[in-house]
Amino acid sequence: MMQRLLQSRGLAQIVALLVILAIDRAVSPQFFDVRMQDGRLFGSLIDVLNRGAPVALLALGMVLVIATRGIDLSVGAVMAIAGAIAASLADTYGLPLALAAALGAGLLCGLWNGFLVAVLGIQPIVATLILMVAGRGVAQLITEGRIVTFTAPDLVWLGNGAVLGVPTPVAVVLGMLIVTGVVVRGSALGLLIEATGGNARASELAGIGTRAMILAVYVWCGLCAALAGVIAAADIMGADANNAGLWLELDAILAVVIGGTSLFGGRFSLVLAMVGALIIQAMNTGILLSGYPPEFNLLVKAAVVLIVLLLQSPRFASAGAVLGRARQ
Amino acid sequence: MNAASDLGPALLEVRGLSKSFGTLRALQEVDFTLQAGEIHALLGENGAGKSTLIKAVTGVFPRDAGIVRLSGTEVALRSAKAAVDAGIATVYQEVNLLLNLSVAQNLYLGRQPTRLGLVREAEMRRNATALLAEFDLHIDVAEPLGNYSVAVQHIAAIARAVDQSARVLILDEPTASLDRHEVEILFAVMRKLATRGIGVVFVTHFLDQVYEICDRITVLRNGRLIGERKTAELPRIELIRMMLGRELAETTSERAAAQVRQAGELCARFEGYGKAGYVAPFDLALRRGEVVGLAGLLGSGRTETARLVFGAERADSGSATVDGKPVRLQSPRDAVAHGFGYCPEERKTEGIIADLTVRENIVLALQAKRGLAKPLSRSEQDEISMRFIRLLDIRPPEPERPIGLLSGGNQQKVLLARWLATAPRVLVLDEPTRGIDVGAHAEIIRLIRELCNDGLALLVISSELDEIVTYSDRVIVLRDRAHVDELEGEAIDICNILAAIAASSTIGAEAGQA
Repeated sequence: MMQRLLQSRGLAQIVALLVILAIDRAVSPQFFDVRMQDGRLFGSLIDVLNRGAPVALLALGMVLVIATRGIDLSVGAVMAIAGAIAASLADTYGLPLALAAALGAGLLCGLWNGFLVAVLGIQPIVATLILMVAGRGVAQLITEGRIVTFTAPDLVWLGNGAVLGVPTPVAVVLGMLIVTGVVVRGSALGLLIEATGGNARASELAGIGTRAMILAVYVWCGLCAALAGVIAAADIMGADANNAGLWLELDAILAVVIGGTSLFGGRFSLVLAMVGALIIQAMNTGILLSGYPPEFNLLVKAAVVLIVLLLQSPRFASAGAVLGRARQ
Repeated sequence: MNAASDLGPALLEVRGLSKSFGTLRALQEVDFTLQAGEIHALLGENGAGKSTLIKAVTGVFPRDAGIVRLSGTEVALRSAKAAVDAGIATVYQEVNLLLNLSVAQNLYLGRQPTRLGLVREAEMRRNATALLAEFDLHIDVAEPLGNYSVAVQHIAAIARAVDQSARVLILDEPTASLDRHEVEILFAVMRKLATRGIGVVFVTHFLDQVYEICDRITVLRNGRLIGERKTAELPRIELIRMMLGRELAETTSERAAAQVRQAGELCARFEGYGKAGYVAPFDLALRRGEVVGLAGLLGSGRTETARLVFGAERADSGSATVDGKPVRLQSPRDAVAHGFGYCPEERKTEGIIADLTVRENIVLALQAKRGLAKPLSRSEQDEISMRFIRLLDIRPPEPERPIGLLSGGNQQKVLLARWLATAPRVLVLDEPTRGIDVGAHAEIIRLIRELCNDGLALLVISSELDEIVTYSDRVIVLRDRAHVDELEGEAIDICNILAAIAASSTIGAEAGQA
């Protein structure tokens, strides 16, 4: 019975994705065409996956934070910091060190957020707002206000290369999804995170180290954001501290919410958060392909948010149930 | 009842009031009578039905049965506002005023004196100053209310209520956060109102205050009316018996079953354990196969003792040993690692995780104890949850149902299962039968006895003295946040416990100093 329940839980998101893809296909008849070129897959569909990679990575960290009843507004700024670090170091010190420094910065950012929320008990939205504002400043200091470009081929590969034909960003997302899935669902972490988000006081009294749990999810979120930042920088072969990751925290939150994880914490789904990120990117790409001005994107996104939230609200659901019964 | 209504109709008359929440009967045929000009205490332990009675009378929620008469006329109050309009004002423990507005604005919010649609600030302040002067309160009414003490805020709330032509004033635990001096000020106001013919209902759990100011007392227990007496004719021990005990004869026979057990070896000992301002240092020994009951009134330090023992609150004095070895219990996590378990009184907010399934709720503490790296496989989880669902007869027997959908009694059993799965040495149960219907109630008590026979050390808190007497091998009596007496074997009976609770309680004793 639970199995069926789980399936029906993801059904709405999958259907939504298929509908949007079908609309994309109607707008652009070549949408599903995929071809191999220079050892890499190309096509609109591949483009959706590739462009969606940064938000998907952010959502992977964000879904765990939201499951603990938190939120992380700083991921966009952390992206900018990590991108700036990687871009500044790559040409001189090589990819391994640049990557390590960028991810290390993400880790520190996550620790800072986690410290504010778990140890000092500051409300997550306020605690992470601090880094959201300050982080972009830090990124601008690193790039000294310029757009830092680089040519290091291995960093460029991270954004534009391919693994077995799959664009590197997509491969990174898949890899991170598997790692996160194994860590979270392969250990007891998933259950304990859901318990902490569902009722922190009760979880504490059940002997769960809720503080460590909350600290860990913010650290993981920072790490994911840093990786997203490196990929975004690698994609454009440069770091723009002003615009890298700008507003992407909102897309990440949206992806998680579309994926059915409640902002009140508790139950979460990694895979459905990924589907949420794909839905967002499929909309973006579809509007670009249709030739409408990109401003429409924001309105369409807003409409989709409204629909998703309506579908999730209990009042709407009960109204739907009443209507359904009336029809029978 | 023996409410001899002497002169004409009473100010407020409640007859046969009943109210159920689901299967839980919160109020059963309760009568309540308030005369004009009296201060009437409404007493009872947590869950006795005091708040439910107040809310049912003031229209906060609808009642299932019963009538309410004001000065002899039957009224049907459908909302809190209707109650205020009819002349029944309620002041809750948490003052329902706006601390960022001035005192005057609070007093006249929604009924400001106006001219041509504009508020007449000066007149409002004059009125406010005059109104508060009636209560001997001389303060600057232009200051924000939040700048004043809680006592002043309470008096402002009362003044507002009385000024809205209240005839019945209900004060729900107004003194809980006041110091001695502030209580005096509040009492002066209450006496003044009584002489003006207003009927005051005073809900509190400070018995000293009841004897200081109240004319009559109504006691509720488990949603039923236990009795209504004149304060002057009700000895303190008799009052406590009304609040806690049942008839003595009922329990003596049950007692025998508990006595055949023999105390096992010592498994946990606390010496001089305490926390300043929380619970005075106490000694406590817990033995295998023994039930230690904690008895006392609400706020006497029972739950506080449990939380210290479980590490939910950190002790600042004394030492703890488990199986002879000194241990530090700094957090529930520490306590769980040493084989402790704790079912808190607040089941919904501190016990269950409503969204998770019965299975997940059951395995939670065991999983936390094993650590992240050793996850219980799904088949192990299924096995454990099914075993306890069968053992404790949890209904419905569906491990994948969210626990929030179960009844209170079954939720309590799931919490018991959560701890039993960790194979604990010591289990602390805080009000294990609170808010549970009668059938499940007996079952929980049977479980407590069985667990004990299996060699568990149990520390059980209950407001129901007959319950404590039934299963305890030793009873520790608490008063004013200190352990004041310990009863063992033959000495355990309701009379002795009541005597220990009532024994010359030190008036105005501050918490934690004994």
